[in-house]
Amino acid sequence: MRELTFRDALNEALDEELTRDPDTFLMGEEVGAYNGAYKVSKGLLDKHGPKRVIDSPISELGFCGLGIGAALVGLKPIIEVMTWNFAILAMDQIVNTAAKARYMAGGALSCPIVFRGPNGAAHSLAAQHSQWFEAQYAYYPGLKVIVPGTPADAKGLLKSAIRDPDPCIFMESETMYAWKGMVPDGEYTIPIGVGDIKREGTHCTIVAWGKALKIALDGAELLAKEGIECEVVDPRTIRPLDEAMIVDSVRKTGACVVLEEGWPYFNAGAQISDIVQRACFDVLDGPVIRVTGADVPMPYAKTLEAVARPDENSVVAGVKQALNVRS
Amino acid sequence: MAKPAYGLAEKLDKPTLVKMYRQLVLLRRFEERCAQQYALQKIAGFCHLYIGQEAVAVGVEAAIEPEDIVITAYRDHGQILTRGTPPGPVMAEMFGRIKGVAKGKGGSMHLYDIPRNFYGGWGIVGAQIPLALGTAYASKYRNDGKVTICYFGEAAVNQGAFHEALNMAALWKVPAVFICENNRYGMGTPISVSSAVVDVYKRACAYDIPGVPADGMDTLAMYDAVKQAVDRARAGEGPTLIEARTYRYRGHSMSDPAVYRTRDEVDSERANDPIPKMRAWCIAKKAAKEAELDAIDEAIEKEVEEAIKFAEESPWPDPSELYEDVYVDPIRRVETN
Repeated sequence: MRELTFRDALNEALDEELTRDPDTFLMGEEVGAYNGAYKVSKGLLDKHGPKRVIDSPISELGFCGLGIGAALVGLKPIIEVMTWNFAILAMDQIVNTAAKARYMAGGALSCPIVFRGPNGAAHSLAAQHSQWFEAQYAYYPGLKVIVPGTPADAKGLLKSAIRDPDPCIFMESETMYAWKGMVPDGEYTIPIGVGDIKREGTHCTIVAWGKALKIALDGAELLAKEGIECEVVDPRTIRPLDEAMIVDSVRKTGACVVLEEGWPYFNAGAQISDIVQRACFDVLDGPVIRVTGADVPMPYAKTLEAVARPDENSVVAGVKQALNVRS
Repeated sequence: MAKPAYGLAEKLDKPTLVKMYRQLVLLRRFEERCAQQYALQKIAGFCHLYIGQEAVAVGVEAAIEPEDIVITAYRDHGQILTRGTPPGPVMAEMFGRIKGVAKGKGGSMHLYDIPRNFYGGWGIVGAQIPLALGTAYASKYRNDGKVTICYFGEAAVNQGAFHEALNMAALWKVPAVFICENNRYGMGTPISVSSAVVDVYKRACAYDIPGVPADGMDTLAMYDAVKQAVDRARAGEGPTLIEARTYRYRGHSMSDPAVYRTRDEVDSERANDPIPKMRAWCIAKKAAKEAELDAIDEAIEKEVEEAIKFAEESPWPDPSELYEDVYVDPIRRVETN
């Protein structure tokens, strides 16, 4: 094991898979000569050359569609979207084509492609650059949605996504790129659809993924000082979702908080809450509690942004509510 | 009829001319029966007929190789038949049966024949153009010598997808030929109402690629235009935009009575029909005698009748098919230890 940033873990995954499979190529805005808007693709153009690492024009619909077309004839494109906010322009191609090609063709087509880039809010970027999209893509049958929360998971899951025969949505985060974590040496992959228990506990389950995982762990740390032991479970992929891991944990603890940074209405947490209340109705001592961002477009001002986002204190409050404990 | 001056089409051999005639008649008779089967409610949903535009697909097919890739939108019956897919599975798809080309999951708008390099069959106006950019990009990436043919209607050229794709296609000189089938109406809206530039081929200048107008009611004229563009693409010289000026005799779809145009207009276009023109050419070139062409006509009537029988006799998809084909690999739970 060695310590790597999230960015370098992703870079290793890309480098290894570009080396392993000549049918893979990386395309997106600024991925080549600029070394990536967030430097995730640093050095890859120099190492793999312009055939494998391609700077695209600012044409999200066009180059996402290009990737899908290339995937339909058997290449394995990795398409970087500078952020998922911009991929809204490509939603038609991802949703109407990538997600449905195989089904509409009665199984005669497959679409082995990865769309990857940062999701969610960074800091002070205001409303159009601070949005969460995992639930939107997870809504569509035909797509797989991967939202890793640690450098090790990011590397193993990105390698799996690149090798996967189906279209994968892979979500990172601007603020996470510099975060560090221990990453295994050598070759490894992590299966898509298998979650991971990031902290064991007996009093309350906290479900969190992506960047919110750290908030959940920080909240669990604060609660532990008060004698409340939380189990933090990370599904890692939103579709397919490791329902069994979440349900097993809640059946053990009898309480559940779902944390997400995105908006409350119709988000992934709503789906998870539905699954938990049906599967664990007999063991829950109270309702599933959801901790989310505020239901507003993200404001710019620091004072407003701070109250629009959940933090570790929101997690503490949510767990106490779930356990009916007074603060 | 004044004898038109063709270029490369003059060199087409006799069997090819007869094959082109045969394809024209097949497309026409097949779709006349589609309309009938739609009225009988054997075909459901949206069904967009190609009748009147057959010269385009037939001219294109003669200009390409079986290995080349063809992609189109939802008016796709003609394109899949010219690729050589048997009419039975195409009709069965429209009937929603398991022996259809997509197991009954696509229907009229979503026809595919991947072994014959027909890649659909797409339902969002203009969205197939970036896909064609991608298949052509893959051919360049692999240096496999294939050319991609991309069809779309004249209304699709006002979509961003058209412009984004043509920019990248020109920028990277991919082996693609973009064929705009200008049938003059986007659903019920005439091109003059929707487009600032009504000569679609002129839009090619924005991407510094050749823009070529072609007579889409004349099979051999289409062959001429497409063959040059395909040769150019295969030689690595990049894409071409061809505007095939054509006309659909029927409404936009089976649910469109097409009251937005006059009887006179439709009649004058019908007088310019591609099938008699091709028949006359075959005879003038001594490719076939009248009686031989009559025999083809009769054989096709029978072939289409058999296609309907094939579709009728195919089972419906079993309910167990519902969850099949969503993913190649739905849930990967491996390597856990």
